[in-house]
Amino acid sequence: MQFVVNGDHVDVDIDPRTSLLDLLRERLHLFGSKKGCNQGACGACTVLVDGARINSCLALAVQYQGREITTIEGLGAVGALHPLQAAFVEHDGFQCGYCTPGQICSAVAMVEELKRGVPSYVSADVGAPEFALTDDEVRERMSGNLCRCGAYNGIVDAIRDTYGATDVAPTTREAA
Amino acid sequence: MTPFTYERAADRPAALALGARAGAKYLGGGTNLVDLMRETIEQADVLVDVAGLSGEIEATGDGGLRIGAGVKNTAVAADRRVRDGYPLLSEAILAGASAQIRNMATVGGNLLQRTRCGYFYDDAARCNKRAPGAGCDAIEGFNRIHAILGASSACVATHPSDMAVALAALDAVVTVEGISGVRDVALVDFHRLPGDTPDIDTVLTFGELITAVTLPPEGFARRSTYRKVRDRASYAFALISVAAALDVEDGAVKDVRIALGGVAHKPWRAATAEAMLKGGPATPAAFQAAAEAELAPAHGLRDNAFKIELSRRVIADTLVKLAARQESL
Repeated sequence: MQFVVNGDHVDVDIDPRTSLLDLLRERLHLFGSKKGCNQGACGACTVLVDGARINSCLALAVQYQGREITTIEGLGAVGALHPLQAAFVEHDGFQCGYCTPGQICSAVAMVEELKRGVPSYVSADVGAPEFALTDDEVRERMSGNLCRCGAYNGIVDAIRDTYGATDVAPTTREAA
Repeated sequence: MTPFTYERAADRPAALALGARAGAKYLGGGTNLVDLMRETIEQADVLVDVAGLSGEIEATGDGGLRIGAGVKNTAVAADRRVRDGYPLLSEAILAGASAQIRNMATVGGNLLQRTRCGYFYDDAARCNKRAPGAGCDAIEGFNRIHAILGASSACVATHPSDMAVALAALDAVVTVEGISGVRDVALVDFHRLPGDTPDIDTVLTFGELITAVTLPPEGFARRSTYRKVRDRASYAFALISVAAALDVEDGAVKDVRIALGGVAHKPWRAATAEAMLKGGPATPAAFQAAAEAELAPAHGLRDNAFKIELSRRVIADTLVKLAARQESL
């Protein structure tokens, strides 16, 4: 099976039962993506496939043959941090760090979704042309990434500091 | 996970031929099926990957929308035609799961996720859905999230899809295809109540494949809303949810749609409440009476009886707010 992982072509022979996460960690030795719950509940395994964030633990690697996979190792490196990595350090966006690679991969794709005009459950009007990067929007859109240390305030600050406030007026969805 | 062979279907005929093989299962995004296979609750000899098929959203001749079964949940929720014409559907999809899962999950797979509860996953517990005839440990166990309507002595699990609740309210139609032909099934008839065969979630027969979900022209636009009540603010199954649409003319209910999530083995179309309201006054008292009538047959278990009153209140409040929104338009 062939993949492009962090820009490198990879050709591996694996059992179809192998999850994308296990391919990355056990075969390619990319240990940034973490196995937390292994059932799609925690988001620690979040990686990007053609730029879209997914839970690699719920993905069979075989489903993603030929696709471009990006992990935290593909976003930044020691001495050349991704701006969001640097912001996590600056804003105390982590304590133990276990969820951090998933948080950062998730946030990078989340901002792209926002730019594409993908609404969220807290958007006041799903038909609006664009959505602001407010605290409420960030918290809702990042809710698939849990942090047992509770560094959520720092994570929100790091994301907003990196990607900035937009000019769109903040709105919050009210019931009905 | 038990061993299986993986086949990526090149096209629909190939998928149907592969899907007719003994032990075959169709694979969409895999967010539910892969998880259940890992727990060995589901097994397959052949996984037929259909996620690459039926990936378009197209206008129908009568002004509706036909959504291919392989379209990702995020793509439906973000589609401009859905957001403008059927915001109820966008809202419901966005209320479900996480962004990561919505990016993986397909429309067909969302409908075919198992109706389930914690005991279904716990192989030390008795579950008629997992092992028919074994019994149900949920009925006298921890049953806070379980069904209050349409349950049986065999099963009290709920269908967790938010998307399907909106589709039920919108009168969506599911197109399925098997080697013997194509048929259309109303979304409200697609999932089953448990009865004495809770191991069967839908009316699909072996080898049949969902190819599309079609929305009729009427989408209720600004006159609809999806309201989800859950134990945390995001990324949790519904305790209860309400998909509602209301059309008021001269103070009377011209049309109304109400579907409930989290209350039954399937998306629950509130036909009793709708029938009471249609043509009558659009008043809080009428909304309250309709909600009470809908919940009259509800049955609470040890931990979930609160959902009966919660459902009444959320139905009535949602309709009150939809009526107020129309007065302000």
